[in-house]
Amino acid sequence: MEKFVRLEGLVAPLDRSNVDTDAIIPKQFLKSIKRSGFGPNAFDEWRYMDVGQPGQDCSLRPKNPNFVLNQPRYQGAEVLLTRANFGCGSSREHAPWALLDFGFKAIIAESFADIFFNNCFKNGILPIVLPAAEIEALVQLVEAAPGYKLVVDLPGQVVVRPDGHAIPFQIDAFRKECLLNGWDDIGLTLRHAEKIKEFEAKRRVEQPWLFS
Amino acid sequence: MAKTLYDKLWENHVVHQEADGTALLYIDRHLVHEVTSPQAFEGLKLAGRKPWRVSSIVSTPDHNTPTDHWDEGIKDPISRQQVETLDANIREVGALAYFPFKDPRMGILHVVGPENGATLPGMTVVCGDSHTSTHGAFACMAHGIGTSEVEHVLATQCLLQKKSRTMLIAVEGKLGKGVTAKDVALAIIGTIGTAGGTGYAVEFGGSAIRSLSMEGRMTLCNMAIEGGARLGFVAVDDTTIDYLKGRPFSPTGETWDRAVAYWRTLHSDAGAQFDRVVTLKAEDIRPQVTWGTSPEMVVPVDAVVPDPAREADPVKREGMERALHYMGLNPNTPISQIAIDKVFIGSCTNSRIEDLREAASVLKGRHVAANVKLALAVPGSGLVKRQAEAEGLDKVFVAAGFEWREPGCSMCLAMNADRLEPGERCASTSNRNFEGRQGPGGRTHLVSPAMAAAAAIAGRFADVRDVL
Ligand code: SF4
Repeated sequence: MEKFVRLEGLVAPLDRSNVDTDAIIPKQFLKSIKRSGFGPNAFDEWRYMDVGQPGQDCSLRPKNPNFVLNQPRYQGAEVLLTRANFGCGSSREHAPWALLDFGFKAIIAESFADIFFNNCFKNGILPIVLPAAEIEALVQLVEAAPGYKLVVDLPGQVVVRPDGHAIPFQIDAFRKECLLNGWDDIGLTLRHAEKIKEFEAKRRVEQPWLFS
Repeated sequence: MAKTLYDKLWENHVVHQEADGTALLYIDRHLVHEVTSPQAFEGLKLAGRKPWRVSSIVSTPDHNTPTDHWDEGIKDPISRQQVETLDANIREVGALAYFPFKDPRMGILHVVGPENGATLPGMTVVCGDSHTSTHGAFACMAHGIGTSEVEHVLATQCLLQKKSRTMLIAVEGKLGKGVTAKDVALAIIGTIGTAGGTGYAVEFGGSAIRSLSMEGRMTLCNMAIEGGARLGFVAVDDTTIDYLKGRPFSPTGETWDRAVAYWRTLHSDAGAQFDRVVTLKAEDIRPQVTWGTSPEMVVPVDAVVPDPAREADPVKREGMERALHYMGLNPNTPISQIAIDKVFIGSCTNSRIEDLREAASVLKGRHVAANVKLALAVPGSGLVKRQAEAEGLDKVFVAAGFEWREPGCSMCLAMNADRLEPGERCASTSNRNFEGRQGPGGRTHLVSPAMAAAAAIAGRFADVRDVL
């Protein structure tokens, strides 16, 4: 996994609540058995005028000029700014894979759905929860100023606006460590392999019905 | 100190705990399907790792499989590749049980696990699918995980977790005639909102919940995720234990007795404290119909489509307007005047035997309305299908004008050929009414099986209480 430390990135606003994982990556693209290549189909139903199918050359498809991420000013955005309950719906990790492949490294929202939130960390994306009032102000600022960038500083746990206003955010210490170091969870867990074996052995005796 | 059921389940699975409270939890049951597992098996192989305990794995393809013409196999080549990849992976690593495409026990994982006794009380159950919360009906800590976590569980038999806050949703009283577990689930989501349960482990309690069958409890826990809660569960009681007795993977003999003695402890102690308590009166719940593109956009069947003009919050108002536009509905239209094009009875929410019985009891001696282009009945598993056929339910569906299909996820998410065309409106017993969920441009209204049957007959939404 890529490390996440500090980012100064262009911000794109997706000004709506309850953006679900079906919207982030529609199901027809879930048939892939790969982890990569989902970026061109991120937000497929909103982004293109036709119905997307796996394996198309997306550069040839008609784009929806009204969809915010299609606007020239947001090309190359690395920070996604959105509202409440982002990533609700299915557990598909194809959603963070698609966002990452699209170019987003940090997502700022009022709140996230639990499974999506968790999946972000597994892929080196930093999901940041900020108060509604800060989000509202950011949406206005971003829309008013093309080229609007934010600094996301993970060690300091702050988002810094170009005007110097710094907004602190919370993150679990363990998750922070993992992101800063780009650690692979499985490797970390396997350091406890002996403990897992002991736990399992005891369980086999106490609750044998779990092992048939 | 009095403990909640969640405390008990949690404590029973902690292998190790970090200073910040992040815990390593042991996983008892790992359900694996074709869509979210290929990248996990590949990752495992690339890292040169082996699965930790294959006897925890129960697997079947469900999302991509067709529901008709099984003799012709899976025609879509990409779907077929995904199912064949699952076959190859399971063949290579092994499993407690694998029900491949066309196996008599194949079906939707969340139907297959419980009916085979592979879901037992007190287990941690995970699957790369958000509706894993279904298994909470058995007092399990059951939730969906992403593909990285599927790989993590394969490699370590554990997951990293932080303890959630707790919520008790108590439904007290007696449900009225024609009001089902699905209506309870939708009414709850309408009350707490789709993010209401975010960050919480939700216990469903109260007399109305205790009087539900296991099928009903599964429907309810299935929808916990639509209320934002990864985990939803119900305490063990006689209903739970009676259901499990004699299932293929249920314990037997002396082990059964020991298991039952432990299972009987799986309830919240009297006086246990919850971070939040929500109480609903069963008598107030009427049959529900969603009108928008989020499960919280729901009203009783005898109500009208809400008017965004009356919503004070501008972000919410805009969301409502967008939903009405997508759904092709006008504010203040009576729900009972909304005509439908298709009907879908199926999905891990409502495709169990009891659901099919409920729908059939409404359909018996009646026929689908002329304006309904397609009515599908898709049993949740091969075993459910066989049981329904033994009871003659298939004949009731077919006589009423329904198509009786092979098991699978089907039009719940339209990954196979079963889908809505743009603009088509569907009365569906599934769990998500998101834009495009049942096909691009399709319009989904979530209802109970009995309500779907009533809508099929009327050709528009109708109050099932009038036809029972
Ligand atoms: S029936 Fe629908 S919700 Fe359930 S597992 Fe299948 S696709 Fe997911």
